[in-house]
Amino acid sequence: MQMKRRTFAKSLVAGAGLVAAPRLITNANAADPFKAAWIYVGPVGDFGWSYQHDQGRKAVEAALGDKVKTTYVESVPEGADAERVLRDLATAGNKIIFATSFGFWQPALKVAKQFADVKFEHATGYKRAANLATYNIRFYEGRYIQGVIAGKMSKSGVVGYIGSVPIPEVIMGMNAFIAGMRSVNPAGKLKMVMINAWYDPGKEADAAKALLDQGADIIAQHTDSPAPLQTAHDRGVKGFGQASDMIKFAPDTQLTSSIDHWNEYYVERVKAAMDGSWKSGDVWGGLKSGMLHMAPYANMPDDVKALAEKTEDGIKSGETMIFMGPVKAQDGTVKIADGQMLDDGAIAGMDWLAEGVEGQLPK
Amino acid sequence: MNGVELFTSVALSVISASTPLLLAATGELVTEKSGVLNLGVEGMMLVGAVIGFAVTLGTGSAVLGIVAAALAGAAMALIFALLTLTLLTNQVATGLALTIFGIGLSALIGAGFVGQPLQPLPKLAIPGLSTLPLIGPIVFGQDALVYLSFAALIGVSWFLSKSHAGLVLRAVGDSHDAAHAIGYGVIKVRYLATLFGGAMCGIAGAYFSLAYTPMWAENMTSGRGWIALALVVFAAWRPARLLLGAYLFGGITILQLHIQGFGFAIPSQFVSMLPYLATIVVLVAISSDRTRVRLNTPACLGRAFNPAG
Repeated sequence: MQMKRRTFAKSLVAGAGLVAAPRLITNANAADPFKAAWIYVGPVGDFGWSYQHDQGRKAVEAALGDKVKTTYVESVPEGADAERVLRDLATAGNKIIFATSFGFWQPALKVAKQFADVKFEHATGYKRAANLATYNIRFYEGRYIQGVIAGKMSKSGVVGYIGSVPIPEVIMGMNAFIAGMRSVNPAGKLKMVMINAWYDPGKEADAAKALLDQGADIIAQHTDSPAPLQTAHDRGVKGFGQASDMIKFAPDTQLTSSIDHWNEYYVERVKAAMDGSWKSGDVWGGLKSGMLHMAPYANMPDDVKALAEKTEDGIKSGETMIFMGPVKAQDGTVKIADGQMLDDGAIAGMDWLAEGVEGQLPK
Repeated sequence: MNGVELFTSVALSVISASTPLLLAATGELVTEKSGVLNLGVEGMMLVGAVIGFAVTLGTGSAVLGIVAAALAGAAMALIFALLTLTLLTNQVATGLALTIFGIGLSALIGAGFVGQPLQPLPKLAIPGLSTLPLIGPIVFGQDALVYLSFAALIGVSWFLSKSHAGLVLRAVGDSHDAAHAIGYGVIKVRYLATLFGGAMCGIAGAYFSLAYTPMWAENMTSGRGWIALALVVFAAWRPARLLLGAYLFGGITILQLHIQGFGFAIPSQFVSMLPYLATIVVLVAISSDRTRVRLNTPACLGRAFNPAG
């Protein structure tokens, strides 16, 4: 039930009519579906980040049926264009709009000010307003489990990690991974390469090859395409998928994959906006709240699988604490003191690499 | 991994990173030599990638897939040729439009193929030769498209410098009025050169979706069409330099990943820039002889030809 331009024109005409005949408003509202919109930074066909958000949109349609009308705009560049798209969507009568990339925060903030009666939601952001909420997933929880599996599975003790860009989101993923890995193999190492792109299948494959050539025997990635997994398959080693379950691309290679699962969150928030209980705030959900799923553990011995499941349960119950001291940075300085746990603010602003990570952050 | 294995492995990575650039740039070189500037390389590559993938998946034959990709690239080029050569639209604007059209069209066709796996293009295996250390896998163990990229480059080089038809093509690119006055079919030559360029871009796209990263994903060429275009200019329209440029770019792309992996304290943003920087600097330096560049530049590049006027 996508909204088309024509519907937009119709609703404008209808709107003009309503001003003249206010009594009609309630009747029309009762019949009209509630409008919700999404903007994506990439194509829905990326089989990764934007694809998973679109699965969430479809879940809203499935759950609420005729009561909602959803719209999406894909491949929206971060910046001025996003502002225009958000304003268009708000003008078109959407009552809740999800902006699903970090770089949309400024446009979202600006447009939210202009449309006080429209609810805005910004994924992975931190700037909020009365009608602008933020939400994110604790992706690092999945990275920790991947690290535990890698620590058990790697013979060389070296994992190759393909990073995208040096931002806290990516850094916390690497630090969580090495924490998990060193919990089972204290000498484990994580060799990382940043490709300075979120999505470039060719370069992702090249990076995987370079890491394997340098002695890594397991591949993990924080980029969006299944190319690194395919490379791992070609070289006969194991790897982890990203954002969605990529087992189809490498049935005998993928150990597991952290799957972004926005579905329930989106359904819940659209429902809240419909019944008036919506409130601005920040949600940072993980394995426990179901926003992060792990793809079935595969291609590993039973004892490793059992350990992975135990770790997952531990994170859910709070027993396994990921950023728990003592943790040292690469240069040996203590970043988390013994017995201390990092708070959410410090995790969200992480700008240092933990001991065991090989590779440099730009200064 | 010992030194020989590492070298072999790095060389193989370099070849796969360079091959699509070489294929597309060789095609565009011929197009430009005839005086046509087609900026639609990226769009034609993407359409070739999705058609090549779809046909290979549907028929199970990579050969059919590659042929279909070449035809799809040529079909895109035909649209461009109809607009610019017959209807005399502006080549730069039409080429840009072709890229944007190709990105959208390939995404539309490919919507149903997202997330579908495919067996990679088989590597050649010559008993005895492919298992030789070092040169075995590098020289005798590539897939068919790698050999095609070299064959095409050598063929094009010979065609342009040694054959009569190549001379006519260059004449058309250098002075369409003179070529027309002598009686050569300027428009016909340019059509053929544009179609050849499109077909090569289609094959370059198929290299992506069948060999480099065997899958379909939107915009999977990630701007390599533009690199191929730039290589043609910086190589001053000379096939040998095109080869150098493509392998230099591919080589440094791989090298910078290794530099990072070894943990040198160089910002990743800087090393990501290296392939572009080094390729441009080297090609500009070796092509700095202005007179020779002018001799090689197709004088009518990008200019419309109207036989009636």
